[in-house]
Amino acid sequence: MKELMVILFSAILTQNFVLSKFMGICPFLGVSKKMNSAVGMSAAVTFVMVAASAITWPIYTYLLAPFSLEYLSKVVFILIIALFVQLVEILIKKYAKSLYNALGVYLPLITTNCAVLGVTILNVEDQLTFLQAVINALGGGLGFALALVIFAGVRERVDAADVPKAFKGIPSTLVAASIVSMSFLGFNGIVEAIFQ
Amino acid sequence: MNLLIPILLFVGLGLLAGLLLSVFSKIFAVDSDEKVEEVVSALPGLNCGVCGFSGCESYAKEIVHGGAATNRCVPGGADAAKKISGIMGTEFESVSRQAAFVSCGGEVPRVTSNSYVYEGERTCAACNLYYQGRGICNYGCIGFGDCAKQCAFDAISIADECAVVDPARCTGCTMCTKACPKGLIHIRDLAKTVYVNCSSCDPGRDVIKTCQNGCIGCRKCEKVCPSDAIHVENNVASIDYAKCTNCHACADACPRGCISVL
Repeated sequence: MKELMVILFSAILTQNFVLSKFMGICPFLGVSKKMNSAVGMSAAVTFVMVAASAITWPIYTYLLAPFSLEYLSKVVFILIIALFVQLVEILIKKYAKSLYNALGVYLPLITTNCAVLGVTILNVEDQLTFLQAVINALGGGLGFALALVIFAGVRERVDAADVPKAFKGIPSTLVAASIVSMSFLGFNGIVEAIFQ
Repeated sequence: MNLLIPILLFVGLGLLAGLLLSVFSKIFAVDSDEKVEEVVSALPGLNCGVCGFSGCESYAKEIVHGGAATNRCVPGGADAAKKISGIMGTEFESVSRQAAFVSCGGEVPRVTSNSYVYEGERTCAACNLYYQGRGICNYGCIGFGDCAKQCAFDAISIADECAVVDPARCTGCTMCTKACPKGLIHIRDLAKTVYVNCSSCDPGRDVIKTCQNGCIGCRKCEKVCPSDAIHVENNVASIDYAKCTNCHACADACPRGCISVL
């Protein structure tokens, strides 16, 4: 239990996919303009991460590893991720049309969100058990959500501020992103220390 | 044999995924309407609500299924109305073009001044929180251009801390009227070329102190108007565009120059 908590919280805070591993930067910058779409996007990414991890782990352990086909893992994982992204897209289009319009191209782009592929590959590389893998994916998704929501808040403030012309738009956004990312360095070692 | 397993595995997984997807897309199919989508693509997509519906999509639905008129989209103008009536197979009805106007002419420092130096967030909404804006007139344009930021047609410019609408570019979509914290922007028929450029409800003697442009409620315009279209209410003149005949008598009579002719 203690181990699972460590995995969960280190995935959220110290090993944050966006701010520590720099994965999934594209939606992090693209969908963080408005709080609403940021929340919707992180929910979609969290779902895809957990579902993809829950499917890819048994596929890797029971199908790929016994036939020593580990080299196929990345292609197969992308296939599974694409499947879940399509499912999420169908569901969101049906039940949350305005969110579907707000996310736009970033929704199908979850397929190429390296945070999702990253979490599935890291799960098998770190030789986590099934439960650990799912918890790790959940933590990764929640960490992505935390980063995106925090950054959407930062960005709403930056947009209203009087930024010098040369820094308007993307430059000020990147500067803000680096500051948020530095602040997450402060969590280093905290999680392990709390649970051990 | 070594080659066969990975190929079979991959093809199998792919087939399974494809099957799952097609089943799901059948279960959760969105009943989309081709005609509605065509109409939506003919509309400008501003979701401004001038048509009286909550957005372009609901207007399109009302056109196709509810029998709404095809000429209610003001920003889309005649082009959109033509396209929509083409899609619906109905006769084209012309759209009366409309434009916004700003009912404040408080240029700083020409006619009025500021009561304090504002250094906060550069938006009208924020400035309006401090003593109802930075101007000495509590009703006037603040001049940070919240309206201009909303305008999708680049029709609003800020000159001397006062917003000005370019009627040639304005489509009358009303996005700016909602953005102004002072409620200074109104819509007129493009054909009506006269408007009151003051919104101050202060009594005349106060207006004389705060703004050289302001309406003092002297009712001279009321007296000269041949069609009973202009009236002073709450110390400020306003024009009833249903009665106005564009004679410009009020503009000539106004001692303050607060009735503008375009």
